Amino acid sequence: MQAATDNVFRALADPTRRAIFEELTRQGEQTVHALTRYAGVSQPAVSKHLTVLKRAKLVRHRREGRETHYRAQPDALAPMVDWLDHYGAFWRDRFDRLENLLKRMDK
Amino acid sequence: MTDTVPTRTLVIEREMPHPQEKIWRALTEGHLIEEWLMTNDFQPVVGHRFTFRATPVPGWSGIIECEVKAVEPHSRLAYSWGTMGMESVVTWTLTPTEGGTHIRMEQSGFPSEESASYKGAKYGWRNFIGKLERVVGGLE
Repeated sequence: MQAATDNVFRALADPTRRAIFEELTRQGEQTVHALTRYAGVSQPAVSKHLTVLKRAKLVRHRREGRETHYRAQPDALAPMVDWLDHYGAFWRDRFDRLENLLKRMDK
Repeated sequence: MTDTVPTRTLVIEREMPHPQEKIWRALTEGHLIEEWLMTNDFQPVVGHRFTFRATPVPGWSGIIECEVKAVEPHSRLAYSWGTMGMESVVTWTLTPTEGGTHIRMEQSGFPSEESASYKGAKYGWRNFIGKLERVVGGLE
């Protein structure tokens, strides 16, 4: 689980990969060629980015003839939702403390 | 190209029966911040770099590196929040209401791949947050 979280964070830390992932989320399945045109970087660079996204399970691929098609797997974002849950608990606790402090400041 | 999708945002809002000015003090005076958040060397000056410090635990220094991003007295405060290779921004917004003040805390951000602390991190985020809650949340 920890490795999965790290992979997702690492994969999405790069702006080009974020853009590719977002494009796949928005447009549905895309070929490597289409993604290369969209990203404005070389095809080998796009392929490398896709490999990182694949490792993080953020995308899946299938071959059809000479083309490889990629699609987004938004479920892989689940580790980030966990992160938000944890921070949510942290801040709610801090809000309680802040409220207590404000009460004490009246005195 | 845009990079909006994975930048997730956490928002916590609460109304408190206290005037804006008083809440602003609790958010911006170091000794008061320490009482509800963490030890710090905060100054309400844009560009000021400061740290929040919690008790260190194995694998985590207990230090959160911050920089003040916005100071609008009594209404808006923002600072970056960097630890374990994850850089985020915490923004506080205070709005007066009939019975007091509406407080909105927004945290948005993402880990940076370049960060040495991220690469060297022995513990990941889930562990870190768990520890943070235990250590500075007074749950132990």
